[in-house]
Amino acid sequence: MRYLPHTEEEIAEMLQTIGLKSLDNLFGTIPEDCRRAEPLDLPAPLTEWELDTHMDMLAAKMAAPPDYKLFLGAGSYHHFIPEAVKQLLLRSEFYTAYTPYQPEISQGTLQAIYEYQTLVTLLLGMEVANASMYDGASALAEALLMAIRITKRKKVAVSRLVHPFYRKVIQTYLEASGFEIVALPITKEGTTDLSGLDHPEEFAGVAIQSPNFFGCIENLEAHGERIHTDPKTFFIASFTEPLAYGLLKPPGEYNADIVCGEGQSLGIPQSFGGPGLGMFATRMKYVRSMPGRLVGQTVDKDGKRGFVLTLATREQHIRRERATSNICSNEGLCALASAMYMASLGKTGIRELAARNHDKAEYLKKGLAESGVNLPFGAPTFNEFVAEFPAGFKEKYARFIDKKIVAGLDLEPFYPELKNHYLFCATETAARTDMDILIKEVAS
Amino acid sequence: MNNPLGTTGLTLNEPLLWEKGRKGRSGFSMPGRDVPPSPLAGFLLGDGPDFPDLSEVDIVRHYTRLSQWNYGVDSGMYPLGSCTMKYNPKTNERQAAVRGFANAHPLLPAPLSQGILELMANLQKYLGEITGLPAVTLQPAAGAHGELTGMMIVRAYHVDAGAPRHKILIPDTAHGTNPASSAICGFTPVPVKSNERGVLSPEHIASVMDEDTAGIMITNPNTLGLFEENIREITDIVHEKGGLVYVDGANMNAVMGIVSMGKIGVDLMHLNLHKTFSTPHGGGGPGSGPVCARKGLAPFMPVPWVEEHEGTYSLSYDHPKSIGKVHAFYGNVGILIRACSYILSMGQNLKKASQLAVLNANYVKEKLKDTFYLPYDRPCMHECVFTDKHQEAHKVTTLDIAKRLIDYGFHPPTIYFPLVVHGAIMIEPTETESRETLDIFIETCKAIAEEARKNPQILHEAPTKPKVRRMDETRAARHPQLAG
Repeated sequence: MRYLPHTEEEIAEMLQTIGLKSLDNLFGTIPEDCRRAEPLDLPAPLTEWELDTHMDMLAAKMAAPPDYKLFLGAGSYHHFIPEAVKQLLLRSEFYTAYTPYQPEISQGTLQAIYEYQTLVTLLLGMEVANASMYDGASALAEALLMAIRITKRKKVAVSRLVHPFYRKVIQTYLEASGFEIVALPITKEGTTDLSGLDHPEEFAGVAIQSPNFFGCIENLEAHGERIHTDPKTFFIASFTEPLAYGLLKPPGEYNADIVCGEGQSLGIPQSFGGPGLGMFATRMKYVRSMPGRLVGQTVDKDGKRGFVLTLATREQHIRRERATSNICSNEGLCALASAMYMASLGKTGIRELAARNHDKAEYLKKGLAESGVNLPFGAPTFNEFVAEFPAGFKEKYARFIDKKIVAGLDLEPFYPELKNHYLFCATETAARTDMDILIKEVAS
Repeated sequence: MNNPLGTTGLTLNEPLLWEKGRKGRSGFSMPGRDVPPSPLAGFLLGDGPDFPDLSEVDIVRHYTRLSQWNYGVDSGMYPLGSCTMKYNPKTNERQAAVRGFANAHPLLPAPLSQGILELMANLQKYLGEITGLPAVTLQPAAGAHGELTGMMIVRAYHVDAGAPRHKILIPDTAHGTNPASSAICGFTPVPVKSNERGVLSPEHIASVMDEDTAGIMITNPNTLGLFEENIREITDIVHEKGGLVYVDGANMNAVMGIVSMGKIGVDLMHLNLHKTFSTPHGGGGPGSGPVCARKGLAPFMPVPWVEEHEGTYSLSYDHPKSIGKVHAFYGNVGILIRACSYILSMGQNLKKASQLAVLNANYVKEKLKDTFYLPYDRPCMHECVFTDKHQEAHKVTTLDIAKRLIDYGFHPPTIYFPLVVHGAIMIEPTETESRETLDIFIETCKAIAEEARKNPQILHEAPTKPKVRRMDETRAARHPQLAG
């Protein structure tokens, strides 16, 4: 086997050095009744070339762009990724390295993650960002736990327009910890209704996603003011589409205490939902309560600038059960990818690209409306929007699939009250010609 | 030492991203406009993030130079104990990047995503076979995430039985993630000491296990590189009091095809695909930490489940006892593809990999036991733990030895862990290191021990060859500068 370098002679010599006769003897400390008698029942090893064929065959059973036209977002977005980003990520000094606990030979990772943290603070308008969490969902769950730790309150409020899967993850995390979640209702405009939040002081934190699951841009200014009528209550802003902040005012400017979400849009392939990138940012005053790794700037013995993992006393390997989180491995390489992507865009590029995204979705939205499709929610949207069809759209949806078009996401499984409502998405990758086909066929 | 591996070469300086570039440059191929512009209301607009403007060449040079300041498994031996830094096969990267996988949307209707669902179902089967624990979830995104999922399942199991429990036994050799993961589930960790042989004694477990204790989290083989030889008795004791046995599978690389965790009474465990199953560490992640459990715990596994019916695959959510979801979608699928590629490439050779991993560790232990102090002088599994006791007289510490190894071209071992051993040097060579690499490593360690005796100053000053020398970590923590 090509990954196992030992020849039979070497094995024999090494066993002799140790004073053993066979490889089996190496396991003499394992009691007989703990040993496995039967061999592993696994398929026979494939050659490299057979593996290629096998995987190509499986991949061919996937409906993926560009063969399929997917008007599908909902927390996972198809964007162009520069070839330079893909190839730089394959620098194996990056991807085959461990966590940078030995800073002298990890300056590449450390500087890159320091730069990532900086770009994230700029994007979200915050003061400090960590080196990443698993994904947008766990980032939000950890944000709520952080608010609970700081405020010592036992209840949180979460908008019903936070991604439904994120809400499921939050429920799993908070149920295990014994905390209560209150769901905030939806307005007619498709945004979060905070009018019932009369006692923010009862809550450790209030979580709002913007753009929300319907693609609607939330009024973060009003929400922030309402939540902060108790200055101690955490205003937690979540997101699934960070590219929006190329155009929109970032949540930091509305005094959010924690901003967290999914960074997959920023140069990371969709890969059936993972690995993604949990982005997590807060205010400096909360840095010591923050979960996750942090890279900081310092100097070496000779006074030369360099970077290290720092404030580790928050973390599990030092603080054990009193740590701010149990997280150890994060999504380092995805954070690196997103930094490369953000650097590729630059200030000029991210604004332009965000505008292109907005334009595309608006074109589709207007086109569908002109075809007679109802747009139930009036709030401005980014990249995504909800459309309501007459009963029976399901059959049409199936016919679209025959034409290799996935016409949005059926919202009924997530919001039972929204029968025949579909969530549509168009990014810069959606061609006008394809959108025109969709618009035309919807009307026919 | 003649001609050591570590040498000096040309390294290029490279400023921070925002210290280079010019306004108006771009490194992105902007798609053309084929739809009319549709401006957003002005009050919603921000100024846009103040990113630097760079060309593609600026970016390529930047990250290429940065990468050259790093040390990866592809650079050389990475004997980090309990981290299993084995070779990351190149073909795995190719498979994960296949377009149908890389561009797959997680909410595609099931008939349109049969390929990945089939791969996930197969991987679950393989991991079930390797562990002997057939109920598998692939959702956890890392080892600690697997532990957390596992502890949630333990909690749900006791709640379902009508008697929630509040404590969990955790040996003193455990990774810090164990107590941290159990604490999130409301368990109070009860530390358990290992005995003079470096393993857990059944008598001690019996004395602390009671009916308010949810179970035990054991790393087996443990972080001293020793197989917990009393595991069967321990599982009996824990089960007798109604508890569950959780195994931290961080060290599974020692026992693939050799021990079936299911058969020795383990109820559930997690695997680290980024350790045992060759997926890269990525400079910190992403990893993947599937949880494998015995059949009886299947109802508690996270949703959705990947199910197969007559060759058709689907995702199912309706499982009322499930703990819920722990990942936004289905876990780190890109990593699952790599691990599956590895298993398909290895097949039965997985057992050989474990044998050679253990062979390599014992070889290093045997060759170095007169150089460094060996606190537990007995056959080890895939890693061995030394200390700096012999070097103390020369005022040389484990840290100095680790840093000097860098100058010689090796990544340092895991140091100061496990906590029960003072000045621990924990070496895990893995099976992918050849004998000649081990010999150079051994020779290097001996040369360093010799330097410690003759010229300890060299070690105190080490490393001198990398781009930077020892860092001022106190300053970093006292005056945190976390963004530029």
